[in-house]
Amino acid sequence: MKILQQIGRYVLMLGVVFARPNRWRFFWKHTLLEIEQIGINSLPIVALMSTFMGAVIALQTASSMESPLLPDYTVGFITQSSTILEFSPTIISLILAGKVGSNIASEIGTMRVTEQIDALEIMGVNSLNFLVLPKITAAFVFFPVLVIFSMALSILGGWLALLVSDLTTTEIYILGVRSFFNPFHITYALSKTLVFGFLIVSISSFFGYYVKGGSIDVGKASTQAVVSSSVAILIANFILTQLMLLS
Amino acid sequence: MIEVQQLSKSFNGQKVLFDIDHVFEEGKVNLIIGQSGQGKSVLAKCIVGLYEADVGQILFDQRNFTQMDRSERSTIRQEIGMLFQGAALFDSMTVEQNVMFPLQMFTNMTKAEIQVRTDFCLERVNLAGRNKLVPSECSGGMQKRVGIARAIAMNPRYLFCDEPNSGLDPKTSIVIDKLIRDITHEYNMTTVVITHDMNSVMEIGDHILFIHQGKKWWEGNRHSIINASNPEIESFVYASSFMKEIRSQLQKKA
Repeated sequence: MKILQQIGRYVLMLGVVFARPNRWRFFWKHTLLEIEQIGINSLPIVALMSTFMGAVIALQTASSMESPLLPDYTVGFITQSSTILEFSPTIISLILAGKVGSNIASEIGTMRVTEQIDALEIMGVNSLNFLVLPKITAAFVFFPVLVIFSMALSILGGWLALLVSDLTTTEIYILGVRSFFNPFHITYALSKTLVFGFLIVSISSFFGYYVKGGSIDVGKASTQAVVSSSVAILIANFILTQLMLLS
Repeated sequence: MIEVQQLSKSFNGQKVLFDIDHVFEEGKVNLIIGQSGQGKSVLAKCIVGLYEADVGQILFDQRNFTQMDRSERSTIRQEIGMLFQGAALFDSMTVEQNVMFPLQMFTNMTKAEIQVRTDFCLERVNLAGRNKLVPSECSGGMQKRVGIARAIAMNPRYLFCDEPNSGLDPKTSIVIDKLIRDITHEYNMTTVVITHDMNSVMEIGDHILFIHQGKKWWEGNRHSIINASNPEIESFVYASSFMKEIRSQLQKKA
């Protein structure tokens, strides 16, 4: 019952978020700041994760290739497909749910407990629209960039790992990466990313915005935001895969 | 002038305000006083619309706030300035940006005009030249003064102050009280101050509403409160040893 109440409240919140901003100048300025905060500042962690995950995928695939019937380029192909289909959009989104989600929930939650949100409301500002819409826009703009960046680095990481381990040649790896490439998979991955980005930002904002109490409650809201957005990502991933790849 | 008519509010079935009827007068510092947990802040938050009243009406100069939708309320709220207990300054902005914020958000003033108005407001609260400080670099008293500067930036008709002296030393409290009183009289605002500080009551209480157990218990001014015969008010006014001592001295003299 409580979950249904929360979902209802979340939907009502979105209705208020998607309103016309009081001042477009403020909106664009905040969106740029958010792109920096939740997007550009996430580049290092995404780069690190992607490179090592790509390397591990390539090495694990190479180590499992015992059958002589499998062509050598299989390693490149598997690295490419697992990166594009699942690793970059989903795993990176889960990581961003931790990093960005907790940041958003604690930032908005702190504004709530220090009455900064009340101050906005008293002035006549639609606080939800003012605080959340720039974050959602920033996620829409920059999460796909992060995921494309992750795809490239992951494939690069796989190549470097194979090269260092002397398990295959550059030509064979590139042949594998290019084999059976389906451009729709990129569309699928980026569509998932947009949905995940929206879920991370809106759910985290929801938990931050409606926090009650003090600093301990802000911490709890932050944890709830990460857990809930991660669960939402996993459910959305399943639904989108059914809808886009299997129907 | 703000009129509150038959206002009631409850949380989770527990009633915290009972049929409050009161008029907050223009050009005066109207105090809402009472012990902690009696419903002072809830009343103020209902008046400004942060809480929705269960029943009752709130009229800002005959304009019925309770029946307005979000956009209509937004217009009224641009006429309201509020000083929060913890100042509630935007910590990502400098002192200057905090004061500029409502002007940039709601007026069509030019950059230069906004700067002039901001400097004027900061000067009015004796913070000239502190434009570039961030809230974390300001003392409690300074933060309150920045909060007042931000609250008066839009030339409000109504000013709300939620425990403006909490956490301040007596001397700084007097500075803040004096500032609130002077600004109220200077701009003929309807000011509502929530407090339980007797120094403030005696300093600035033009019109006082005493709330007890969520009900309007008593109404008067800083002169009449001293001689109020009501036992609840008496225990509130003479709660401290200092006030008790003053009373005994006065009685001896009498």
